[in-house]
Amino acid sequence: MNTVPYKMIGKDVSVYYGEKRALFDVNLDIRENTVTALIGPSGCGKSTFLRTLNRMNDTIENCRVTGKITLDEDDIYDPSIDVVELRARVGMVFQKPNPFPKSIYENVSYGPRIHGLARTKAEFDEVVETSLQKAGLWNEVKDRLHEPGTGLSGGQQQRLCIARAVAVSPEVILMDEPCSALDPIATAKVEELIHELRANFTIVIVTHSMQQAARVSQRTAMFHLGNLVEENDTDKMFTNPDDQRTQDYIMGRFG
Amino acid sequence: MSTSLLLLIIVLIGFIAYFTGRARSLALTGGKLANLHSLPGYHGSYVAIWAVLPAALVLAAWLIASPLYIDSAVRAALPGSVQSQGAANVQLALGQVKSVAVGLNRLNAAEVAAIESGSANLRQTLAAKGVALAGEGEPYMVKAAQHLNATRLHSRWLMSAAVLLVAVAGGLYAIRNIAARFRARNQVERVMLGSLIVASSIAILTTIGIIGSMLSEAGRFFSMVSPTEFFFGTVWDPRFAAAGSEAASGQFGLLPLLGGTLYIAFVAMLFAVPVGLFAAIYMAEYASPRLRSTAKPLLEVLAGIPTIVYGFFALVTVGPFLRDISTQLNGLVTGNYQNFIQAQSVLTAGIVMGIMLIPFVSSLSDDIITQVPRALRDGSLGLGATRSETVKKVILPAALPGIVGALLLTASRAVGETMIVVLAAGVAARMQVNPFEPMTTVTVKIVHQLTGDLEFTSPQTLVAFALGITLFVITLCLNIYALYIVRKYREQYE
Repeated sequence: MNTVPYKMIGKDVSVYYGEKRALFDVNLDIRENTVTALIGPSGCGKSTFLRTLNRMNDTIENCRVTGKITLDEDDIYDPSIDVVELRARVGMVFQKPNPFPKSIYENVSYGPRIHGLARTKAEFDEVVETSLQKAGLWNEVKDRLHEPGTGLSGGQQQRLCIARAVAVSPEVILMDEPCSALDPIATAKVEELIHELRANFTIVIVTHSMQQAARVSQRTAMFHLGNLVEENDTDKMFTNPDDQRTQDYIMGRFG
Repeated sequence: MSTSLLLLIIVLIGFIAYFTGRARSLALTGGKLANLHSLPGYHGSYVAIWAVLPAALVLAAWLIASPLYIDSAVRAALPGSVQSQGAANVQLALGQVKSVAVGLNRLNAAEVAAIESGSANLRQTLAAKGVALAGEGEPYMVKAAQHLNATRLHSRWLMSAAVLLVAVAGGLYAIRNIAARFRARNQVERVMLGSLIVASSIAILTTIGIIGSMLSEAGRFFSMVSPTEFFFGTVWDPRFAAAGSEAASGQFGLLPLLGGTLYIAFVAMLFAVPVGLFAAIYMAEYASPRLRSTAKPLLEVLAGIPTIVYGFFALVTVGPFLRDISTQLNGLVTGNYQNFIQAQSVLTAGIVMGIMLIPFVSSLSDDIITQVPRALRDGSLGLGATRSETVKKVILPAALPGIVGALLLTASRAVGETMIVVLAAGVAARMQVNPFEPMTTVTVKIVHQLTGDLEFTSPQTLVAFALGITLFVITLCLNIYALYIVRKYREQYE
């Protein structure tokens, strides 16, 4: 496990919302083609850290990030970096499924269209099909690609959002509690999907469910009160953690 | 007893009833408030409502019914010679009797006696007291007037007695009802509900009343001018009939006015929609909260300016400016210093109306754009879209039904706008397509037809109601269509 190269490296990352400090000098590295789970009680800063990885924090007023985060050696907070290009390389799936009020086809082709990844109708068709297949949704929707994406069930909507992210061919996919609005069956499907996506993408997932972290991830990072408490192989984390606080949280003593 | 004094007494009884009811319910508690079903205040309100409401209703009914009754009584008592002269004369005599009645109240006993004996002139005596009579007045009128005064006094006393009786009886009835488990709170709630319903039905009934009156007047117009001539006529020339020349009724073609209305509204929307929409997008998506909190109210100040002010802005600034600049342009290009834009023109009215509409478009659209869920923005930005791509491809399509609704509402304002076009569009009713020439609108012509000395029997005046109802139907259709579009899109995306 320790031989896998790093995809993203976070060094002394701190985040401030106005005067309030939400993250304290976090040093966390993300390994390539690995699922990294971020766990911790509510308000611990795990989502905040996730959003620093593709600079979605930029869209929040008064938010300030210090420290250094690199993606394949590039400092993503360097002024010369194009945020739009960064977000194409580091995609994101959100807590609540948020398909655009467009057809399924247009939802998936949205990214390729704005980034010019496809030109002809045939190319778009192909991107849409492969993305939906990667998201495990193709067989369910192939006959109704031109119906609104909002008409799908919650689990299908979330997989559509994953397909939408995959269609841009990102290197990293960030997932912010992707299953919190889904029922157990839909959750199982999305988890299975995460397993498969690992072959092609680097995945960082924030989750409230310890079982989910244990099921889908290879590395786990535990946050508490804005600090990174422990980062370890998932197996070790859930059997024999180094830190007492991790032990307590996993045993359900707080959080 | 005067009506206002009576009202005051009813209110006073209401206050007493409130405190009595409250005190009585408190006395029933035996020291524990929890024994009561409703709080003492509700018992008080319940008693007060019973004291005031029926009494007020009786008062209102009496005030409406008694003049009708008294009139018919006096009319019946007029001498047969007057009665046989027809309805108009009876009405005239009744009016005189009423004036005499007012005058008699101002005279002292000696003067009344003098008039009764015929030794004093009725008209002169009354004129000295400030009551002008239309005619000399006849003896029977004094009798009838005295009868009128007596009946009025009688009615007034009866009314006072009845109203006060109802107030006291209502209060007593309610006090008797008070018991520990009595549900005064629910009763008060029902009265509240009733008053809310009354308030909302007043608004609806007023609308129906307005439509009804417009329809009946328009109906009278259409009995003189055929609807085909009105709706499909292409000439607007409502010649004002000279006295006695009944034949000259003119032509009432709606089309030139409607054309002008729609043309000017179109030009106005052409200015207002892009500017307003862009302002809304900037405010909603790009502006910092500080800028937004100052700029948005400033933009909305525009909406508070009375349209007549826009009107003379058009008249003294925009119109002459356009005229002069067209003179210069024409001179530079052709060497002929002749203006090709009139000071009063479709363009002038359209531009100024467009400026007036900007805040409506921007404010309504801004509200709609900010209602688009943040999740959609994040989703698009998270895929690496720029802000303007997000606006263009995700936010505007999602907000489209609302924006279309907002634009249609704005359009119906443009169609109904009056003061700007009165001052800036001109009065020439003609059909043409040059935006630099004056045209006129439906509203302008309504103003013209209803200005000055009017007789509401000629088609020249009544046409205003036909124009009004046409305008009303147009805006109604616009609004219904706006609702239809909004619903359709909502179903599709929910």
